[in-house]
Amino acid sequence: MTLPLPLRVRKALVLSPPLIWVVLFMFVPYTILFVFSFWQQQYPTFTPALQLGNYQTLISDPQYLRTLLRTIKIAALVSLFSLLLAYPYAYFLVHKVRRPALRQTLYMAVVAPLWVSYLLRAYTWKTILGTEGILNSFLISTGILTEPSPIFLYNQTSMVVTLTYVFIPFMVMPIYAALEKIPRNLLEASADLGMGRTATFLKVTLPLSLTGVVAGFTMTFCLAFGDFIAAYLVGGPDGMMISNVIATQFGASLNWPLGSALALVMLVIVLAIISVSDRFERLGKGAFA
Amino acid sequence: MSLTAAPSTVRTAPARRTSKQLRKAVDAWVWVGVAGLILTFLYIPIVVLVAFSFNTSRSLSWPMTGLTLDWYRKLAENDQLITAVQNSLYVAVSATVLTLLIGVPAALALDRLEFPGKGIFRKLVLLPIALPGIITGISMLILFRLIGFGLSLETVIIGHATALLAVVVTQVFARLQRLPHSLDEASADLGASGWQTFFLVTLPNIRTAVIGAGILSFTLSFDEIPVTFFLTGRDNTLPMYIWSTMRRGLTPEINAVGALIVAASILLILVSVLLQRERPRPSR
Repeated sequence: MTLPLPLRVRKALVLSPPLIWVVLFMFVPYTILFVFSFWQQQYPTFTPALQLGNYQTLISDPQYLRTLLRTIKIAALVSLFSLLLAYPYAYFLVHKVRRPALRQTLYMAVVAPLWVSYLLRAYTWKTILGTEGILNSFLISTGILTEPSPIFLYNQTSMVVTLTYVFIPFMVMPIYAALEKIPRNLLEASADLGMGRTATFLKVTLPLSLTGVVAGFTMTFCLAFGDFIAAYLVGGPDGMMISNVIATQFGASLNWPLGSALALVMLVIVLAIISVSDRFERLGKGAFA
Repeated sequence: MSLTAAPSTVRTAPARRTSKQLRKAVDAWVWVGVAGLILTFLYIPIVVLVAFSFNTSRSLSWPMTGLTLDWYRKLAENDQLITAVQNSLYVAVSATVLTLLIGVPAALALDRLEFPGKGIFRKLVLLPIALPGIITGISMLILFRLIGFGLSLETVIIGHATALLAVVVTQVFARLQRLPHSLDEASADLGASGWQTFFLVTLPNIRTAVIGAGILSFTLSFDEIPVTFFLTGRDNTLPMYIWSTMRRGLTPEINAVGALIVAASILLILVSVLLQRERPRPSR
C-alpha cells in the first residue's frame, strides 16, 4: 500500500502542524504583547492606542528601574554561586570518579532534584529559614541563639540561597557535558610537555570547558531572572523581582499595558543574553572544532 | 575505592612514591568532601521536607516531636486536593501528548527539511527554554482575552504544550542528528514510502528519546506554575492548590504532599534511567 505522495505534500504534512502551532501560539501572542505595550489603561479596561506612556512610566518611576537592577543582581549572584558549586562537582565527576556507574549515579544525584516539585523545593527553604523554622529552632536548641532571629528569611540572601538551590542542576549539566567532551590525550600531552596540574587546568581544561560555563550561566541567569514564585515564598518586599511587578500589573493593579511593556523589557534583556551566549558558543566552536 | 587522581603519564622515581601516594589520598578526600558538601546542600531540604511530613506537631520546628501518619490520612480525606491531583494528571497527560504530536514533527522538520523561515522557526520553537514562563503566560492570556476564549484547564494545556515544545524538540532533534541519514536512504532504496520509513526506521531509532522527552514533559507540566498561574480559570492544578494553601500558612500536610511527590519522582527517575540503560552505547 505504498502511496508515493509527492515530496512537497509530505513535507507540508510534517511541517504544517508545528508551523501552525508556533505561529498561532507563539508568534501571534508575542506580537500582541508588543502591540499591547503601546495601549492605554482606562480603568477598569484598556483601549487601543499607539503611545509610549507605559515606557515613559517605566523610565520616570524609579521603583521599576530599582526592581530591575535588583533582579539582575540576584540573578547574577545565583549564577555565580551555582558556578562556584557546580564546576568543582562536575570536575570531580569527570576527572576523579573512575567507575562509570558511580559517576552516572552521582550525576543523577544532582539532576534528580529537578524532578521534585520546584514549588516544594522553594517552600522547604521557607520552613528552614523562617523565624519558627528549623534553622532557628536548631540554633536555639544548641544555645547559639537565645531567641528566634528573623534575619534568615525575607531578604535578598534567602532569595539567592533558594534560587541557587533550585537552579544549580542547570549549571552542572552543561559543564559536565563540556568537561566530558575534552579529549583526555590533550591533558596527557600537556603533562608530557611539562605542565603542572594547575597549569594544565588553567590553559587546557578551563578554556575548553568555557562553552559549558557560558551555557550554564545563561540558563541559570535567565531562569532566576524570570522567577516570581520564590520571591512570594522567601523574598519579602526586599526580594521582589521584576516578574512579581509584572504579575501584579496583570492581577491586582489591572494595568495590562504597563505589564506588557515591562514584560517586553524583560524579553529584550533575555534575548540579548541568549544572543551574546550564542555568539560565544559559535566562537568557541570555530576555535576548537 | 574508585577515586583516583587525574591520569598522568609522568613517571616518578620510586623514592618519591610514598609522598605522592599520600598527596593523592589527601587529594581524593578533599574532592570527596567538596562533592559531599554539594550533595548535602541539595538533599538536606528534601530530607527535611519528607521528615516533617511524619512529625506529630503542627509547627515545623526542630526537634521533631514524634512520628505520625495523620497528615497522610488528612490528605486522603481532602477532596480539593484530590480534585487538584486529577486536574493535574489531565493537564499533564494532554499537554504531553499534544507537545509530542507537534514537537516530533518539528524536530524532524528541523533536522531533515529545508524551508523558508527555518531560522526563525527554530528560534521561536526553542525560545521557551530560556524565556521566563511568565512571558509565555501573559502573552497567551492576552491572546485568549482578545479572542474571547474563557480560561479553563484547556487553556492551561495549550500553554503547557507551547512552553514544553522546546524540551521535546531539543531532545528529539539531538537524537535525530546522531542518526545517520543513510538509514533513510537505505529504506527508500528498498522501496519504503516516507511514512514506512518514519514508522519502521526513524521512530524505533528515536523511541527512547521520544519517551524520555515525554516523561520529562509530563513532570514539568505536572509541576508547572508560571504559565498555569495566568491561564487557569476556576480549576486548580496540584501546584496551584499547594500554592494557595501555602499562602494561608505552613502545614505538615504540604510536607506530606511533598513526600508523595518525592516518591513519585524517584519512581519516574528510575524508569528513565532504565530506559537509558536499554539504549545501545553509541559506537564512538
